[in-house]
Amino acid sequence: MTDVVTSLSLGHYLALGAALFCISLAGIFLNRKNVIVLLMCIELMLLAVNINFVAFSRQLGDAAGQVFVFFILTVAAAEAAIGLAVLVTLFRNRRSIDVGDIDTLKG
Amino acid sequence: MDYPLLAFYAFAAAAVMSAVAVISVRNPVQAALFLVLTFFTVACTWILAGAEFLGIALVLVYVGAVMVLFLFVVMMLDIDIAKIREGYVRYLPVGLLVAVVMLAEMLVLIGIRARSASPFADNIAMAAGSADVPNTTWLARALFTDFLLPFEVAAVILTIAVIAAVMLTLRRRVGTKHQDPAAQTRVRPGDRLRMVKMAAVRPTPPVAPVEETKP
Repeated sequence: MTDVVTSLSLGHYLALGAALFCISLAGIFLNRKNVIVLLMCIELMLLAVNINFVAFSRQLGDAAGQVFVFFILTVAAAEAAIGLAVLVTLFRNRRSIDVGDIDTLKG
Repeated sequence: MDYPLLAFYAFAAAAVMSAVAVISVRNPVQAALFLVLTFFTVACTWILAGAEFLGIALVLVYVGAVMVLFLFVVMMLDIDIAKIREGYVRYLPVGLLVAVVMLAEMLVLIGIRARSASPFADNIAMAAGSADVPNTTWLARALFTDFLLPFEVAAVILTIAVIAAVMLTLRRRVGTKHQDPAAQTRVRPGDRLRMVKMAAVRPTPPVAPVEETKP
């Protein structure tokens, strides 16, 4: 236990990733009406997952973890671009980004 | 407690506090700015862990591109903040409960695992047989040999995303003046200049002889 506390280790990074993941989960619960903040919370969640990848890659000496983070960054950028384009189109048609207003499919 | 650990604690505290600010501030513009701070701080922790390339890439891609896109969209849309914050207090207890319980469970698991893990400084994992190779070289060797096909697929994904984003937001407004490059390229000289065949001298109307006979 003393070994862990005195020097940087895998557990520190995993704890940081877990904390960020739970904060973004709480953000999805709290900001249920604002699509923009929901998108930001999803980005934060992906970041928390990336922290775990980087930490394990460092621990195991395997480059595959960091390569995978690279791909996650690519896909997350594409997701943000398309998500914001959908958001702009939605606001143009409905004049609102409130999730409660988007209930056309409810019947 | 050595210097990297102190720096990590500072970075982690800043990241967690700015992440809490992201989900709790009222204004979406402020939330986007706090998200920038979170990404930058996490990039610092990655550099601390030896992943220099990914840390710089995170700053360039996220802080430089994605968050600027977010800020653009947030400032472009005219959002009624008061209406959107209505359900905030209503979902506060259940949201906090789920998040705190999940965090506690994860930390218990991590704590059990961390007792048996060796710290970063002791193992030579990062070196992996070659201590003097920089992180970028090390990453590029894996990226351009084993992961070459996924790398190309990632490029295709980005291209598709750009085309999809442009096609989603493109619209033809009526009543605005705009150029049509295709029509400009297709134009022929005959559309712009019309040659009219006519006589060089206008024939004078025969009015003079009529005037002479009048008085």
